[in-house]
Amino acid sequence: MSDRNIEIKVCMGTGGIAAGGKAVLSVFEDELRNAGIAASVEQHCSVHKVGCRGFCARDVLVDVFVDGKKTTYEYIKPDMVKKIVEEHLTQGNIVQDWVVKDDYHTFHEKQMKVVLADCGEIDPESIDAYIGRHGYEAMKKVLTSMSPGQVIDVMKASGLRGRGGAGFPAGLKWEFARKNPSDIKYLICNADEGDPGAFMDRSVIEGNPHCVIEGMVIAAYAIGANGGYVYIRAEYPLAVDRLRLALKDARERGFLGDNIQGSGFSFDVKVKLGAGAFVCGEETALIASIEGKRGMPRAKPPFPAQKGLWGKPTVINNVETLANIPSIIRKGSDWFSSLGTEKSKGTKVFALTGKIKNTGLIEVPMGISLREIIYDIGGGIEGGRNLKAVQTGGPSGGCIPANMVDIPVDYESLARVGSIVGSGGMVVMDDSNCMVNISKYFLQFTQAESCGKCIPCRIGTKRLLEILIRITEGKGRSG
Amino acid sequence: MQDKVNEVIVRYRKEEGSIISLLQDIQEEFGYLPQEAVSYASERLDIPLSKFFGVATFYAQFYLKPRGKNIVTACCGTACHVKGSERIISRLFRELEIPAGEDTTKDMTFTLERVNCVGACSIAPVVIINKEVHGKMTPDGVVKEINKLKEPEA
Repeated sequence: MSDRNIEIKVCMGTGGIAAGGKAVLSVFEDELRNAGIAASVEQHCSVHKVGCRGFCARDVLVDVFVDGKKTTYEYIKPDMVKKIVEEHLTQGNIVQDWVVKDDYHTFHEKQMKVVLADCGEIDPESIDAYIGRHGYEAMKKVLTSMSPGQVIDVMKASGLRGRGGAGFPAGLKWEFARKNPSDIKYLICNADEGDPGAFMDRSVIEGNPHCVIEGMVIAAYAIGANGGYVYIRAEYPLAVDRLRLALKDARERGFLGDNIQGSGFSFDVKVKLGAGAFVCGEETALIASIEGKRGMPRAKPPFPAQKGLWGKPTVINNVETLANIPSIIRKGSDWFSSLGTEKSKGTKVFALTGKIKNTGLIEVPMGISLREIIYDIGGGIEGGRNLKAVQTGGPSGGCIPANMVDIPVDYESLARVGSIVGSGGMVVMDDSNCMVNISKYFLQFTQAESCGKCIPCRIGTKRLLEILIRITEGKGRSG
Repeated sequence: MQDKVNEVIVRYRKEEGSIISLLQDIQEEFGYLPQEAVSYASERLDIPLSKFFGVATFYAQFYLKPRGKNIVTACCGTACHVKGSERIISRLFRELEIPAGEDTTKDMTFTLERVNCVGACSIAPVVIINKEVHGKMTPDGVVKEINKLKEPEA
């Protein structure tokens, strides 16, 4: 008995906590103690939280490892824990009724996890857990054996494009900022995930905040930035807490601050909370907001890489972009560019939601078909209804109708059908959803969120909305 | 009030561009942005009140009026919308008897607000009641949760 190795992982992202994850975790701790298991296996017994593992619809998800053998339970409530401890951990009989079903495995089969590889596996509040999974190795490699130019070359060769929406090559962006001489430069991590229906960045920060911090240090070194910010939505309280803790731990280990790891390179990161403005996801608006102003965009050029925060060269990278960087450095640009399509390299994280059976967070290779995402990973439409459209790219994106479901999902293909990859929201609609209502919804959104600076947006969205309201009231006029 | 505002000011005095953080902390302290508090901060820092007002009215998160004891936040993100958040919201307005055009009950017990997206779309529709996230909500379910808060405290 005493040489058994027991590990229990309880999903505690925002979804897991909403389903009762905190209580499940503490009941596990109590029950293991009551059953005498915690004492008998001593240090070989660990119960800990993990970040989002994607399949939030099945929360609370619990992984039980006995001597490395994994069993995943779904829909676990606190009152079910006792039975798992008694039957599975004491008697050695898995509680079959509560084990995940086949669809849990099909949900994961076609996924490819790079950014999310450690999300849902490690305790996001433990820097040692991250270090145990090669964490901060890429940063050390960069600081001790690579020049900034070499780092930029690797990024360019990898073909990584910005995951925030526009898809601009990350390496090029860095190079522009690198080439602008300045005593002060900034790197900003854009975690102002404003698109409704998107929660990739929240999940990454909740599940593996150190990976983003490591990406930031590498990016800062490459462009020569000495100041860093994470601009994060205040609507994500759990992500903010975990990020702050991770920054503190990284600072204590000497991964942030002055003379990082004796390399002579200094860099630190501050957290700035967004105050609820959709437009602040746009780079120049975000910069204005950090400067304490109303978050209104300005015309480009000058681009932030030339004149950004407080007039200094600034690079703004999205959370997912930064989270890709440690793996690219560790495994090489060839590895990364072998994933995905010719022009869209790597993987993309999507938030799969709406009228679909398996809602959750997924990561797939670029170029996978929309059909595979919806029917294989997503398990098809809820309640046996028919697919009508998939909305991608948030309010600035578009709805892809059901007859185009075979298109590959990459930057070019989605642009060709009039939508965008965007940040990664994917809201599935069935035949009971009215497309006029959906358009009205988005126009209400864009109209309310317009910062009011430019006429086409300020007046245009209002006029468009009026037309749609007329149509929905049966008062439509011919154009 | 001045003491509390002074504390906040000391925290941000040296930091550039910290109007937003300053307002966030004042709001954290008072639950909203009392005019006196902001006027005082404006005088102390020699920053025009109009600048504070401009920022406070730009961002959705700042409240210029006092809010209720319980805060109910209904998510209006796309996923919640396609799963019927509007029905939940109209039921809440009826149930709480919030006057038209307002967001707070007359007795200041409840404030109902909409938020664009809380990023918990996989458990849509979502309602947050006093910072606790409730997923897969229904109009009846949310009323049940609200009624729990209405009961007199023991």
